[in-house]
Amino acid sequence: MTALVAVALTVVALAGTAVVLSDEPQRQAVTLSIFGTTLVVLFVVLQAPDVALSELGVGTAVVPLMVMLSIRTMRKDRAQHDEHDGEQDGQ
Amino acid sequence: MSRLARLLVFAFGGGVMAVAFVLAVLDLPHFGTHEHLYRDLAVPAAVQHGTANVVSAVNFDQRAVDTFGEESILIASVVGAAALLRPSSEETEQRVPDLGRTLEGTRLIGYVLLPVTLVLGVDLVLHGGTTPGGGFQGGVILATGIHLLYVAGSYPALDRLRPVTMFEIADSVGAAAFAVIGLIGLASTGAFLGDFLPYGDFGQILSTGTVQVLSGVVGVEVVGGMVVLLSSFFEQEITVRAEDS
Amino acid sequence: MAIYAYLVAGYLILAGSYGIVRSRHLVHAIVCLSVAQAGTYVLLLAVGYQRGGASAPVFGSTTKPNKDVVDPVVQAMTLTDIVVSATVTALLLALAIQINRRHGTVDPDELAALKG
Repeated sequence: MTALVAVALTVVALAGTAVVLSDEPQRQAVTLSIFGTTLVVLFVVLQAPDVALSELGVGTAVVPLMVMLSIRTMRKDRAQHDEHDGEQDGQ
Repeated sequence: MSRLARLLVFAFGGGVMAVAFVLAVLDLPHFGTHEHLYRDLAVPAAVQHGTANVVSAVNFDQRAVDTFGEESILIASVVGAAALLRPSSEETEQRVPDLGRTLEGTRLIGYVLLPVTLVLGVDLVLHGGTTPGGGFQGGVILATGIHLLYVAGSYPALDRLRPVTMFEIADSVGAAAFAVIGLIGLASTGAFLGDFLPYGDFGQILSTGTVQVLSGVVGVEVVGGMVVLLSSFFEQEITVRAEDS
Repeated sequence: MAIYAYLVAGYLILAGSYGIVRSRHLVHAIVCLSVAQAGTYVLLLAVGYQRGGASAPVFGSTTKPNKDVVDPVVQAMTLTDIVVSATVTALLLALAIQINRRHGTVDPDELAALKG
């Protein structure tokens, strides 16, 4: 049991490092979701089913989804912005 | 401040914090200790109130005032995010035609899992007092489940299933109901959020006094809040902005 | 092993903060903040853990109420923390979207208003 906890903790630490070190925010949405999954496993191992359920919804689905949608919105806004600037330059 | 200077400041602050943190945890009871003073108090209190899930008992009975505070943070953030993301006057609600293709398999999984997830979410909210689960977890899973329709590639269907106004109302009604139940508790037991309902047989769904009721209203609020949030982000992503030039 | 769990928690908090400091994208910074927050979840649950087969603090027909369970108080704190942190993250992301719209950039170094 203790070994299992140690392994789960190590995996969480590694996944957390991966999230911090992924510089591309799009890729971070994916690593963040994986990090959330490793946290769910850790919480189950630590005998916290309630917390694991909460993290399952939030950490692996809701937050990565919002991050992904925000990045796509920003890219779209930027494209529109540039297009707009281009038109002005042409005039 | 240049990047280098910022990193140096962080190296100093982070180093100090790391040393202080290690010194602090060395003095903590060791990981896995058998001494848990709060546990020794919380478990009998929960059993006395007929709540089998001690975590729910802590959230909705013993520390219900704290949960009320958390809930206010939740609604405040939802209102803030929705206000920031509301379409401004220069934006038109023009939808991008859905050009993405969805694999048939993904579509099928989305449609099959939708009812399963919704049932699971409702079950989690309703049995919060007796099994793992409760308003927070069930609410999040319900809100996520509804958005499986997006995975299934059908945004119009999602729009029909999810009249956002209704969820906005659910969000505020849930938050208000928590306060009202608290005030009823105040009137009948003399303490805000006091447990005024009778307790039944241990382990039964209705055995838990106000725990189950509060879990339910939090569930309603969390579903409302999460759906409003996710839909605001979706709106941003699929709406074309018309430039105001 | 006695303090390994605490160290992982501290590591996550510091790693998240480091990510925020070296971030070149506001969304990156927000995601790093949620990593740092995850450190607090790990810390809370580590404090409440009991080794030697203590079960989860949920009783039923098979597990009669007993005191040999992990600490439910820290679990309750963690689970509300997780849900609330999601909505706060959403608020920050909404701010980032607006900043991108007004200033055309999300690099903290290019945002004059964030200059120290």
